[in-house]
Amino acid sequence: MPTNPATMVQSDLDRTLTLNMGPQHPSTHGVLRLVLEIDGETIVRLRPEIGYLHTGIEKTCEAKFYQQVVPLTDRIDYLCPMTNNLTYCLAVEKLLGLEIPPKAQWMRVLMNELTRLNSHLVWLGTHAMDLGAMTVFLYCFREREDILRFFEMISGQRMMTSYFRIGGLALEPPLGFFEKVKKFADRFLGNVDEYEGLLTGNPIFLMRTKGIAKLSAEDAVALGACGPTLRASGVDIDLRRDSPYTGYENFKFNVPIQTEGDVFARYVCRVQELRESLGIVQQALAGMPEGPIKADAPKVVLPDREKMKTQMEALIYHFKIITEGFTVPAGEVYQAVESPRGEMGYYVVSDGTAKPYRVHMRGPSYANLQTLEKMCEGSLIADVIAAVGSIDVVLGDIDR
Amino acid sequence: MELLKAHPALGRLLDSIGTSAVHSAKFDRDELTIWVDKALIREACAILRDDPDCPFNYLADLTCVDWYPSEPRFEVVYHLLSIPKKERVRLKVRLDGSSPAIESVTSVWPSANFYEREVFDLFGVRFTGHPNLKRIMMPDDWEGHPLRRDYPVEGYR
Repeated sequence: MPTNPATMVQSDLDRTLTLNMGPQHPSTHGVLRLVLEIDGETIVRLRPEIGYLHTGIEKTCEAKFYQQVVPLTDRIDYLCPMTNNLTYCLAVEKLLGLEIPPKAQWMRVLMNELTRLNSHLVWLGTHAMDLGAMTVFLYCFREREDILRFFEMISGQRMMTSYFRIGGLALEPPLGFFEKVKKFADRFLGNVDEYEGLLTGNPIFLMRTKGIAKLSAEDAVALGACGPTLRASGVDIDLRRDSPYTGYENFKFNVPIQTEGDVFARYVCRVQELRESLGIVQQALAGMPEGPIKADAPKVVLPDREKMKTQMEALIYHFKIITEGFTVPAGEVYQAVESPRGEMGYYVVSDGTAKPYRVHMRGPSYANLQTLEKMCEGSLIADVIAAVGSIDVVLGDIDR
Repeated sequence: MELLKAHPALGRLLDSIGTSAVHSAKFDRDELTIWVDKALIREACAILRDDPDCPFNYLADLTCVDWYPSEPRFEVVYHLLSIPKKERVRLKVRLDGSSPAIESVTSVWPSANFYEREVFDLFGVRFTGHPNLKRIMMPDDWEGHPLRRDYPVEGYR
């Protein structure tokens, strides 16, 4: 985050002009600042300047107990809180060697896919609005509201859910929860058709997206693109399928691949992902196993409220976990998860105490942002808006 | 380490740059870690990227761990992914606490650019040969490197 904007870009050509886009710009999806060097309307160079939302979460983690880090992870990528919770919990569970019961795993898959729908709906609405299609935004946020209500039902919070805990889930899903999700899932496919009806054949949308901000497969890999941005360039990768975690091996789904590598290809990839995620939601609802939602590890997992109030032993464990935390065997783990934006990785180092020695979050938006310069070289200013929308950056994920 | 030679990444590294450059290796919790000599990290990365059998063509993550007050103080950590073979490997380089510096891998993976800037900004590890080694998160005139262990959590007051 440079203090003096004037010194940031030294233009070597007299005819180029340096233009600031952001950090307060409606289409930068947060406090992203792009310094554009332009020759007329053409981009000569683009440089993302970040750090406006840097809150030092990685540093804060080092001062917290393992279980206290979970609420911090919600705030990194605030559009997919459950995916963040999941990645962190999986990393710590791997360090501890915990076995997670099947119901907790299926619930994690279900909530994770609802989170993906939520995140993609926000992306679709805002991306379409950036390109001038106001209606789609209203439609998408109508369905997103339903998903946020599910989050509220299950965790008490609409956005900062902290629903996944180390060793399982925070609470049993409430009565009537699955029926409501099922009702939603049954009609959602029709909603996706609605969005597609508004955009996919729309000539204005096509002109703004087809052939814009192209990225070849080689460039995408070299520049570290991930998730739909990488898949839209023709690279076949999806961590849910390639290195399954939390029981994804039990689900059948396709991985949408496009080869054009332009804004439209990324749009197609994500819209198809909406359909695939919905398929996973329906499979999870249909096959939801019965059983406990927490691992059998009294030293790590908080006891049920009822037990804590009636059993001495449970009360002691509860008191010990809250006041002293729990120790985690020394070691290190890198856990990667397919978030809506791509590979989200948590690198957790333990020195054998109750606080993590180091937590590093590998944010997918951070990786995707690096591709922006290559995408926008030689394109028009208006196309930068389309490109930023198409890589779906979340600034909380970038600045941490 | 003898047992781990069967792993494609470690075998390739030992064959190409020799045992002196690979300090040690461990396989823990299904993850392979290789400690590489500081002087040869760029070369090791290039060899792994161009490996014909199992190309580690994707730099998934690059970060650093500060083991203050023990020496060598810093460990720079590279997480590599092979997209065709779905393999992962972790490379590590140990660095001394006094003016830590290491060769940049931006020439191997352009994606290392932001990650190295972040490590430079928050840990004060310099990357030689980096095209634009400037602070990325903190303001340009910030003093100190916040993620070092001797930097207080609440900052200097």
